[in-house]
Amino acid sequence: MSWSETLRTGVEAVRSHRLRSALTILGILIGIAAVILTVGLGEGAQQQVTSEISALGTNLLTVTPGSSTSTAGIRGGLGSASTLTLRDATALASPSVAPDVKAVAPVAQSSEVLTAGNTNWTTAVVGSTPAWLSVRGRQLAAGRFFDNQELSSDAAVTVLAPTTASELFGPADPVGQTVDVAGIPMTVIGVLTSVGSASSSATSQDDQAVVPITTATQRIFGSSGTSVQSILIEATSSSTLSAAYQETDNELLVLHHITTPAAADFTITTQQSLLSTATSVDKTLTVLLAGIAAIALLVGGIGVMNIMLVSVTERVREIGLRKALGAAPATIRRQFLVEASVLGLVGGVLGAGLGIVGAEVLPFFISNPIAISPAATAGAIVVAIAIGVGFGVYPASRAARLAPIDALRNE
Amino acid sequence: MTVIELDDVRKIYRSGTLAVEAVRGVSARIDEGEMVAIMGPSGSGKSTLMHIIGCLDVPTSGTYRLMGDDVSRMSEVELAEVRNHRIGFVFQQYNLLPSLQAWRNVELPLTYAGVGKLERRQRAMEALERVGVAEQALHRPGEMSGGQQQRVAVARALVTNPDLILCDEPTGALDTVAAAEVLSLLQELHRAGRTVVLITHEAEVAAGAEKIMRIRDGLFVGDGGLHVGAGA
Ligand SMILES: Nc1ncnc2c1ncn2[C@@H]1O[C@H](COP(=O)(O)OP(=O)(O)O)[C@@H](O)[C@H]1O
Ligand SMILES: [Mg+2]
Repeated sequence: MSWSETLRTGVEAVRSHRLRSALTILGILIGIAAVILTVGLGEGAQQQVTSEISALGTNLLTVTPGSSTSTAGIRGGLGSASTLTLRDATALASPSVAPDVKAVAPVAQSSEVLTAGNTNWTTAVVGSTPAWLSVRGRQLAAGRFFDNQELSSDAAVTVLAPTTASELFGPADPVGQTVDVAGIPMTVIGVLTSVGSASSSATSQDDQAVVPITTATQRIFGSSGTSVQSILIEATSSSTLSAAYQETDNELLVLHHITTPAAADFTITTQQSLLSTATSVDKTLTVLLAGIAAIALLVGGIGVMNIMLVSVTERVREIGLRKALGAAPATIRRQFLVEASVLGLVGGVLGAGLGIVGAEVLPFFISNPIAISPAATAGAIVVAIAIGVGFGVYPASRAARLAPIDALRNE
Repeated sequence: MTVIELDDVRKIYRSGTLAVEAVRGVSARIDEGEMVAIMGPSGSGKSTLMHIIGCLDVPTSGTYRLMGDDVSRMSEVELAEVRNHRIGFVFQQYNLLPSLQAWRNVELPLTYAGVGKLERRQRAMEALERVGVAEQALHRPGEMSGGQQQRVAVARALVTNPDLILCDEPTGALDTVAAAEVLSLLQELHRAGRTVVLITHEAEVAAGAEKIMRIRDGLFVGDGGLHVGAGA
């Protein structure tokens, strides 16, 4: 019997046992859709984190107060905030001290109420230097950023992120307008462009007000000292990142009069290290989710085997008759192989379809993105066919070996 | 030419400690073109014998030659070929596949023989015409009477042009009119030169054959064949 005949017989058998076929397909379908969605969820999370971190710039070093190696609490007397100062930032900006550092942006940040006319809006007020713009890789949609002149004169100027600007001024042009920041009237001199992503960290980047750090610490936050919350450092390129790291480390140890590196009262983080930590965490998550999905698929597969076993048992008479009419055992096995593959293939393709549709629709209801991986989809379909074949052919090949009369006699 | 040659054939069914000797040393010859009835009461071993003759089951001991070939030496694949080319079966319960239309049931043995699609359809239709149910070609078994279904089964048995047509109680499930029709159909096939072996427990049906072999408790009664006059 030719393969095309066998295929026709298989498809007919699938069609003539509608309910049984539908149940089998349903079992495989759900398993496959679950695998695609869970793996997609894991991959989506991973891609999101990766793209968010990369968006911050891969040439970036972040210095934060406090020791990462210390087990005896954070060094530096009155709390972590006091160990990094504007003086540190100024020193690191010197090309002779740190030749591989391109730009340095100290950051002091606090949440404040902004008022424009009758509109109040609470947001993050970020104090920094003109270098902030390039270090953060941001662009201006309108106006200009503040300069060194305004920095040294504690000028009452601010640059708004797009969400902040529209919340305060609506569609009107904010540049040149006045906004009260914690009660201090300040002139809006520029508006940033959006970072253009829907993630939570991007949302916060689109909602902030940037001011000269001198203005922030002395006039808005009301702190008399020169301490900063972090220092952002941009290396000249990604290849000089580790050199910039060394220069920063050495200079800060000298400035802070620390002789043993292990006793450092600051921590330097690279985006790369964040990235690999986050990626490995997400990989673990993906593997875990895939494991759960695989169990779902296995349970589905056992259900399929159950239905297949019942159906073969039901059809022992048919197998006996076909043998009596001249079907060789291999022909019988091939018929069930095709039948099971058709069930597996249809279930797999429908399941993949459901998974892909689910990946499009679900993000509207849950905040997580779902990334469909073609490899996982193809793999899932192959697994579906394997389930159909593995669980369907075994009982069939047993039946094919029966003496035809034992099969025929079966009532 | 001898179609069937049985030599001291036995069949013992074992289930646990219980052993039933259904056929107890049967020897017989059936020649080409004969129409033979194997007659005996229920439980006498008729079906068991027919399953052995039809290569659906193997004897426990003894030899069986079909067209001179020792069946016990054949592989599974060769046996499948023998059942396909040389033997046509007609069962008491018709044994048609309920999901297939009549002509698709008839073409089934041709499918296993590797005959092409067009020829299969043509030969199936011819066979249906020959047994007088061409009009029911597109009906499924559930839409036909018992007599019609058995005719379809006969069509399926003869579609491959087999050397031997084996019928196990072919009229057992039919009313007298349909039974007589199926019987005369088998006689017609016999007259056309086919070897027909007919199993029955009814004397009237057996009388339709030219030779009756009586079986009782797994053994032939008498010398293994009683001639009742050709074409009776
Ligand atoms: N598969 C089997 N297992 C055990 N005993 C069987 C089996 N098939 C038939 N028999 C026994 O063998 C004997 C002959 O049965 P069978 O050939 O069907 O007789 P008949 O067709 O003449 O009615 C009976 O006693 C029956 O019970
Ligand atoms: Mg019987």
